[in-house]
Amino acid sequence: MRPEKIDRIATIVILGLTGVVGLLIISLLVYILATGLPNISWHFLTSSAEAFKSEGGIRDQLFNSLYLVVITMIVSVPLALCAAIYLSEYAPANRLTSLLRLAIEVLSSLPSVVVGLFGYLVFVLKFGMDFSLLAGALALTILNLPILTRSCEDALQQVPYLQRQAGLGLGMSKWRIVTKIVLPAALPGIITGIILSAGRIFGEAAALIYTAGQSSPAIDYSDWNPFSPTSFLNPMRPAETLAVHIWKVNSEGLVPDARAVSNGSAAVLVITILLFNLLARYVGHLIKRRLVK
Amino acid sequence: MMDKLKKQLLGPSAESKQELLGKLVSYIAIIVIGGLVGTILVFLTIKGVALFNNDHFSLWQFLSGVNWQPSHHLYGALPMIAASFGVTVLAGMVALPLALVVALALTEMLSKKINQFCQPLIELLVGIPSVVYGYIGLTVVVPNLRQLFGGTGFGLLAAACVLFLMILPTMTSMTIDSLRAVPKQYRMASTGLGATRWQTIIRVIIPSARSDIFTAMVFGMSRAFGEALAVQMVVGNTTIMPKGLMDSAATLTSVITTGIGNTVMGTPSNNALWSLALILLIMSLAFNLLIRVVSRKGAR
Repeated sequence: MRPEKIDRIATIVILGLTGVVGLLIISLLVYILATGLPNISWHFLTSSAEAFKSEGGIRDQLFNSLYLVVITMIVSVPLALCAAIYLSEYAPANRLTSLLRLAIEVLSSLPSVVVGLFGYLVFVLKFGMDFSLLAGALALTILNLPILTRSCEDALQQVPYLQRQAGLGLGMSKWRIVTKIVLPAALPGIITGIILSAGRIFGEAAALIYTAGQSSPAIDYSDWNPFSPTSFLNPMRPAETLAVHIWKVNSEGLVPDARAVSNGSAAVLVITILLFNLLARYVGHLIKRRLVK
Repeated sequence: MMDKLKKQLLGPSAESKQELLGKLVSYIAIIVIGGLVGTILVFLTIKGVALFNNDHFSLWQFLSGVNWQPSHHLYGALPMIAASFGVTVLAGMVALPLALVVALALTEMLSKKINQFCQPLIELLVGIPSVVYGYIGLTVVVPNLRQLFGGTGFGLLAAACVLFLMILPTMTSMTIDSLRAVPKQYRMASTGLGATRWQTIIRVIIPSARSDIFTAMVFGMSRAFGEALAVQMVVGNTTIMPKGLMDSAATLTSVITTGIGNTVMGTPSNNALWSLALILLIMSLAFNLLIRVVSRKGAR
């Protein structure tokens, strides 16, 4: 057979298979949105979940998911950023550094259920936090740290070395160079990384079912005191997130309209992830504009 | 007066004090992370070997036994190990060629416009939570399999389908990156020699991106191996040795997720679950090692 003919056949096969995969994927997305969107209403988003009745909403689950992301970020961003500064600016090229890098790689490859078990063992049982938002947030921090550290380090590395040299020439200390020159320049990249990782942990469930728990007690949105047990801000209350809710509703099947609830929740999850991605893209766009200027 | 001046001149400056503080902060952060990894490995290992040390269950029986009946003090984990590997390999085998094909089409054949449309789409798919994939499996894959092959529809094949859907975007996006990393000059040189596009792809592009493509495959499979809830929702959760693809089974992860809440901490049946988690941990380390070996080979 002539090479041209083989080439044409190969092209047709590749494009054909790609078309099939694309169709499959797009119909998947359309299915999620088409079955989910009709179930999303103001009532669905703003009423609390029902355990045995239909017509339950996802207000608490949605809030828990977002709140958990916020707490996780409060813990993990400073830690990951400082670790990234160490790896990018201070780390000498020796065995210890490569061991630390290996440790971060190992951390990023841990299955989330294993992280959840560790969180259950240490945070929930050993530290006596019980099933709580805080325990969940710490487990998510473990999942989030390696990704965030890597993206922060990448962002720091993108800043030209010349700028650091300029700072050194002015007699600035390394730390001051990092905080006054490198960090501002790398900020958009860091923020993009934070948003993307926030999207990832927003939908996490396996690490949460035994740390943040699977129940969502009644909470009071007018109680702003984080130490009051019914307050929505209290980090020590058990909190079921949206992703866990989908799993639980489907595996227990006590709610008569489980399909409607999970269709709606799945669509909300996907749309939120989409928003996170768009936001990250927009921030990335801003960097480009700033670089052109 | 002189002493004060002397002290000021010879002592550390404000700048170097700040430097010390900053260094300290970043050192502490990296030590916390390193310590965390160490703690995780140690704790899980200690809990994982408790079944063999404290409850005197033999390791060999654990790895090769086919009966998982905690009520009868039988902890044969082979069905779960087999199911975990089965669904992972199955999903990986289907996902790898398709990921490669899609990546080739996007990088080598299709126009920039389609690429611009597909890039965010793939990013979105990578970000979709695994629970949603599991739910799709429950509502779409399982009923379809039930109609096609009979039975309940829950089982290895359903789990493999869900995992396939889940890892395909990740593998595709990593493969695209690896193909993009192949220098443009290679393509030009190959075209200059009169090679067709297919010849260029098969003889130049794929060989030079080989190790990265392999990394993408291993990465996707390690994600599939460790996935818990999506699999748990469709695999059927019966801890017996599966005989066929349509048989209901249980993977390491699914047994852990269903079991941990129903057992009491410290009892043999609970320790057995931790031993399963240890297998998961060891496997994820093994996948990690594999990726390192491959990428080091590729760097040469």
